[in-house]
Amino acid sequence: MRRQGLWIAALLTPAALTMAVFVVWPMLGAFRYAFFSFNGLLPADFVGLSNFVDVLARAPFKAAVFAALWHNIIVFVCLMLFQNGLAYLIAYALLKQWPLHRVHQVIVFLPVVLSAVIVGFLWKLFLHPLFGLVNAALALVGIHGPPWLGNESTALGSLIFVNGWHFLGMAALIFLAGMQRIPQEVMEAARIDGASDGVLLRRIVWPLVAPAVTIIFILTFIGSFNWFELPYVMAGLTGSPGGATDVLGLVFYRTAFGSVSSGLQDFGHGSALAVLMFLFIAVFSAVALRFLRRREIAL
Amino acid sequence: MKRFTPGAVAVQTLLLLNGLVMLYPFVVMLMSAFKSNAEIFASPFALPESLDLTNIHRILDETDLATYLANSALITASSIAVLLTFGTMAAYAIARYTFRLREIVFFFFVAGLMVPLKLAIIPLFIQLDVLHLLDTRLGLMLIYVAMGLPSTVFILTGFLRTLPGELEESARIEGASEARIMWQIMLPLARPAMVIAGIQNAVPIWNDFFFPLVFITTDSRKTLPQGLSVFMGEYNTDWGVLFAGLSLAALPIMICYIALSRQFIAGLTAGAVK
Repeated sequence: MRRQGLWIAALLTPAALTMAVFVVWPMLGAFRYAFFSFNGLLPADFVGLSNFVDVLARAPFKAAVFAALWHNIIVFVCLMLFQNGLAYLIAYALLKQWPLHRVHQVIVFLPVVLSAVIVGFLWKLFLHPLFGLVNAALALVGIHGPPWLGNESTALGSLIFVNGWHFLGMAALIFLAGMQRIPQEVMEAARIDGASDGVLLRRIVWPLVAPAVTIIFILTFIGSFNWFELPYVMAGLTGSPGGATDVLGLVFYRTAFGSVSSGLQDFGHGSALAVLMFLFIAVFSAVALRFLRRREIAL
Repeated sequence: MKRFTPGAVAVQTLLLLNGLVMLYPFVVMLMSAFKSNAEIFASPFALPESLDLTNIHRILDETDLATYLANSALITASSIAVLLTFGTMAAYAIARYTFRLREIVFFFFVAGLMVPLKLAIIPLFIQLDVLHLLDTRLGLMLIYVAMGLPSTVFILTGFLRTLPGELEESARIEGASEARIMWQIMLPLARPAMVIAGIQNAVPIWNDFFFPLVFITTDSRKTLPQGLSVFMGEYNTDWGVLFAGLSLAALPIMICYIALSRQFIAGLTAGAVK
């Protein structure tokens, strides 16, 4: 028995040690560092809650943080409505198993496997005001397209569109898997009773894919509030134009590692921001999960 | 079953349009890789006039894109190898043995699923600095292994638990050692789950931009997404080269995906679908 104990310990040690050094210890550090002022890379003085107060209530952080938070909220709401709404319809269309539905699944999921850097740069070229594909296509039907990424009123929307293009397939295939779990009899019975596609989608399918809705809601929420790569690649570190695409991920990065204009690291305020983002995401996800789970119906 | 109702036509049109919007950007990207600037601006939708390899030659001769590609391949492959080794060992212990702290150990690993490691970037930066691993590929790799362990342990524990105990028991009666039972009898059966866990982690590691952006500063150690962002800035007026660069960066994973689409979809939606 002792030999078996040693064997089990040997199996567990490499993984546990890696987790301890590169997950547990840093996570503890993330909370600890938020209470310190920094001198370069080293924590200097214990400053209590002052980093948190600075980030939430004092210039220059306050304005940027709340403007960014508002943008994150817009991103989340738009992705839920448009990206995931369209994904729901696509999934329903795929459920009908018309010819080429498997090919369509492969195509719709293709962007999901690519890096946000590739997707971001590709669409940055396509959205170019003069030479971009999008405005070239609009010109064919006589529309003079705006400079999508250079205009404060269209920049964030353009980024949301690109994010939707990137991850539509993920949401669609999660919905599709949920729909495939609905028993055939339920759908047949509704059809025999004369339910149209619209009624089916709203009254039958929607409540029965509740578990998929829960997952997609949580994934979209976490993704929206950790949004960084796409705005960084397409709009730069300051969320150009004029901060119209600034989000919390960019504010955090600028605070912690310095922006283009000031290369100064500020790990104290950065840590406080990271802790606040972590708590916000964790608490909201937990509350949302409780609420969403309650509306799931066990089949 | 097929009826040409207005609804059916609407749904078909939706699928067709969506397929076009999803796929056409890639077609333009690949076509533009063979075009000169003038040709891209004059006829963006047309096929390239000839299979001109100038752009691709320029990338290979003038830029470090091949180095970035090699770095990404090295980091992804070694991370996945170590991750699957460590993860399978731990999952095997949790799934196939009963010991006192088993539930707690399992919870320890799975709790990591809730932790967004990106938000611990500052302490990780300090940690790597202390270990002299800042700006090294090894440091990046160790973080990816740590980041992937929760999902790997979770997937493999779930799978290994479902394997029947009889094989294991009869081998034990015949006097096979625990290590031999694990290596020769049980693990070959776990291969499908290892593929799922491998793909689920390999894709985000291959695509990651955030950790290299913060940790890697030496040009010869940069990964593909990170190097691509440098490259896109340097050639920003040379659209043919830009599209060729994007194509070269996208093709490796696109080809893997098309060859193994079923496994990719299963791997990347694992956990989100049952």
